[in-house]
Amino acid sequence: MSDATPAAAKPPEADASAVDARREQSTWFRFYRRNGRALNAFITLVLVWGFFAVNNPVLFLNPIFYGAFLFSVPATVFLTTALVFVIVSGELDLAFPSVVGAAGGVFMYMVMNGFPVLGAFGLTLLFGAVIGLGIGLIVVYGRISSLVATLGLNFFILGIVNLLAQGRTITAPAAVDTFGYRLFVGKWELFGTGLQVPMHFVWCLVWTVFCWVLFKYHRFGVRVQLVGDNSDSARQMGINVERIRVGVFVFSGIAAAITGAVLVQMANMVWFPTSGKAYLLIALAALFVGGTPTWGGVGTIFGAFFGALTVTLIPSGAVAAGFAGFWTDFLFGLVIILTMIAHRFSGARVR
Amino acid sequence: MAANDEPIIELRNIVKRFGNVEALSGVTMNVRKGEVLGLLGDNGAGKSTLVKTLAGVHDPDEGEIIVKGKPRKPWTPLAARDAGIETVFQDRALAPQHSIVTNIFMGREITNWLGLTQVRQQIDEANRLMREIGFTSKVFNPESTVGHLSGGERQGVAIARALYNQADVIVLDEPTTALSLTETQKVFRFVEAVKASGRTVIFIGHNIYHVWEIADRFFVIDRGREAFEGEKAQFKGADHLIEMMHQLAETGRADTATLKQPA
Repeated sequence: MSDATPAAAKPPEADASAVDARREQSTWFRFYRRNGRALNAFITLVLVWGFFAVNNPVLFLNPIFYGAFLFSVPATVFLTTALVFVIVSGELDLAFPSVVGAAGGVFMYMVMNGFPVLGAFGLTLLFGAVIGLGIGLIVVYGRISSLVATLGLNFFILGIVNLLAQGRTITAPAAVDTFGYRLFVGKWELFGTGLQVPMHFVWCLVWTVFCWVLFKYHRFGVRVQLVGDNSDSARQMGINVERIRVGVFVFSGIAAAITGAVLVQMANMVWFPTSGKAYLLIALAALFVGGTPTWGGVGTIFGAFFGALTVTLIPSGAVAAGFAGFWTDFLFGLVIILTMIAHRFSGARVR
Repeated sequence: MAANDEPIIELRNIVKRFGNVEALSGVTMNVRKGEVLGLLGDNGAGKSTLVKTLAGVHDPDEGEIIVKGKPRKPWTPLAARDAGIETVFQDRALAPQHSIVTNIFMGREITNWLGLTQVRQQIDEANRLMREIGFTSKVFNPESTVGHLSGGERQGVAIARALYNQADVIVLDEPTTALSLTETQKVFRFVEAVKASGRTVIFIGHNIYHVWEIADRFFVIDRGREAFEGEKAQFKGADHLIEMMHQLAETGRADTATLKQPA
């Protein structure tokens, strides 16, 4: 045999009292180690944008294009950032599209019956939290795999909505241009540049920062990460693992309710039962492009934000850059796979 | 010994079952304030179950747990930590993808009234604790990822966590397993330092020589029951203790008549 026996190949056990061969990491290296996945997501966004922009520079200098982009991006942002909590805790939520639809319906039903938009919005959030609580309790205390449970619950909730709606859509044209409507989806021009910034984009920025603080600095977020990293350790250290797991589903339910209420307002107060259905794969793709790994324990909120921007840019950007619509899925898949490979470079799972 | 007779933890007739298996069938054990208690037993004797019961991971099916004179019910990991019992688990109970400081404050983060963690304060505390147990390497700081540390260093993080909050009792479950000689010596020095500060240590070990070196009193369990206990002074030496444990393994009981009368 060669001299590379297992014993020789194994590095000597590093001991604090012995001479330490490991080098201190530079500040830049540490910064990349800590934020590499979010940076990768940001670089992906810039590259995708750049690729489209060079193909049709005129359109990509036009503020109208970005106005449309900012209009459609928030729904994905609301959902993806909340999903970070779910995936990091080690669970999976496939039921949020149906909650988006149900919450939109609840919101519109109240507005149609003369509720002010703001009050209806608050009650819709409460509705989302209650549905999320129900989902969480079923998953955690029913001891069902969250993949299977939420898959079933997605059909179940959508089914109930369909049965109640009987194919009807709800409209409330009277609520358009009220104070609450303008607060949520009104538009204002950014410093005379011709770029129309929709209010719900501003709110999605506020939401992203809120999620970031909650995830990184609040006890809840820290515990979500610890439970996802090693739930046995978390339990042994006195963390109520079940409560945290239920909590992430409540949070996901609230985000889905926000999305539902915003979507119907974006559509000028029109609701149909399947609004939200389209976001299942989009939001999950945004999450993983955004750099949150599948195995739980770690994740990035800003990465998820950039991921949501990227996946929203691909379909509209591809068409705008002159690709035929048939290219969209191909480009979509290509970007997902290439980003996954890029994320590998910022570190595999640490055990 | 330095220990006084006042019990800090009393376990009374603890029974713990897992399905049809009775892992503990009526263990009664007193832990005195300020002593180092060596907990011994063969594989499958119930050591791990007893440790996890002390740590609150298992709530006993029958029996009472009395800490500092107060019966404790319900018994959870949080209740145990609040009662002043910190456990360094055999598997270290760490979150490898997270920083040293996050691991040290796992389950008891320093937060303000909004629930936001006080990052600066936690890092300062972690620095202090790391110095206290002799973490001197320049390679890592409180923000280093635990997954990049060696086995001994991970053990250090688990011990630092047990030290924070000035626990009255520190349970060390197989702390010297898979450690190098120098690291084992460090653990011993740590136990002595904790004892010198008047606190109590429960030391669980496979290696009887390790336990002999460090403990004041020994408690041996076998098949979910107490087999025998004795102060260090009652034994003629480590070999005497080993002989009794051999006897126990072969015949099912040890001859306690060979023990000297307690002082």
